Amino acid sequence: MSPPPFEELVAEHGPTVLRVCRAVLGPADAEDAWSETFLAALDAYPRLRPNSNIEAWLVTIAHRKALDHVRARSRRPILTDKLPEPLAYEGSPGGWESGLWEALEALPLKQRQTIAYHYLVGMPYVQVAQIVGGSQDAARRAAADGIATLRKTFPKGESR
Amino acid sequence: MTNERYLFAALPTIDDEVNRRLHRRLVDAANAAGLLDVAYRTIDTPVGALLLAATPKGLVRVAYASQDHDLVLEGLARDVSPRILRAPARLDGVAREIEEYFAGRRRTFDVPLDLRLSHGFRRTILSHLPEIGYGKTASYAAIAKAAGHPKAVRAAGSACASNPLPVVVPCHRVVRSDGTIGQYVGGVDAKRALLTLEGAA
Repeated sequence: MSPPPFEELVAEHGPTVLRVCRAVLGPADAEDAWSETFLAALDAYPRLRPNSNIEAWLVTIAHRKALDHVRARSRRPILTDKLPEPLAYEGSPGGWESGLWEALEALPLKQRQTIAYHYLVGMPYVQVAQIVGGSQDAARRAAADGIATLRKTFPKGESR
Repeated sequence: MTNERYLFAALPTIDDEVNRRLHRRLVDAANAAGLLDVAYRTIDTPVGALLLAATPKGLVRVAYASQDHDLVLEGLARDVSPRILRAPARLDGVAREIEEYFAGRRRTFDVPLDLRLSHGFRRTILSHLPEIGYGKTASYAAIAKAAGHPKAVRAAGSACASNPLPVVVPCHRVVRSDGTIGQYVGGVDAKRALLTLEGAA
């Protein structure tokens, strides 16, 4: 069977990839990473093997694009003479619930990634491990540790 | 419900505005990178919604709703490239000309065409169709003759039936020798509507 038009991939998987980018990167870089993911996927799409798991393929690309942003951030100089503008997302309707990104950002990167791929995308840990590296058990532990921390740092989730 | 599901319900909602913004950004980036192999949009006309698709070379496909736009897009993914996005800007020129045509203000189309979906004798036939002027008709036999194969009347018929660019390449102006209207890719009603619009029926 020939591959479906790329437009269908954007419609079907675009929201999931955006949620992944948001959970891993937060509000500032999520949309940049989403755009880079789909542009790279569009480029490679004609060479994708038939019957590939398209969702896993897109999440793998998003994983790499998000890593680029994490690395770029760590290289970015910290300006001490000027405080950054407060981001407009806080408390705005359709925006981020206050405290959520702060709680996610405080987690080690690998915990954020495994939580996103397992709980948000619904991937089994064997697949999560293929993307983040390491064993299936290590991926399961990272996600469990992350969730345990979030229960304390983002208790809002439980009260609702 | 478990904590983790509440947690992700707390992520910002992805509404139409977010989707539109990201889609527009992807289309712009794809265009700039030369990766938008097929752009498409639909347009409402008196003969129903038409799908318009273009490669960087030109208009490659026009399809009636009765031809099933999803199926047509799948065909384009197979026959041209799967790098397909809904991207109206590339179709602005042809959409305007088609609107003018249906408003009775345009008689010929002068947008660039990409005839890659038509091959051999069928393509030869299609290349002769614009010689039938606005408001005129010609028989399948006359078209076969004009293409240099007077006996290939059936082939002329199948070339019209498989025209990838109806309306713009005027296969609706080809009728049967006995004067009856004959078949049409968009259905006989659409053919009659176009000929009536042009004052030929």
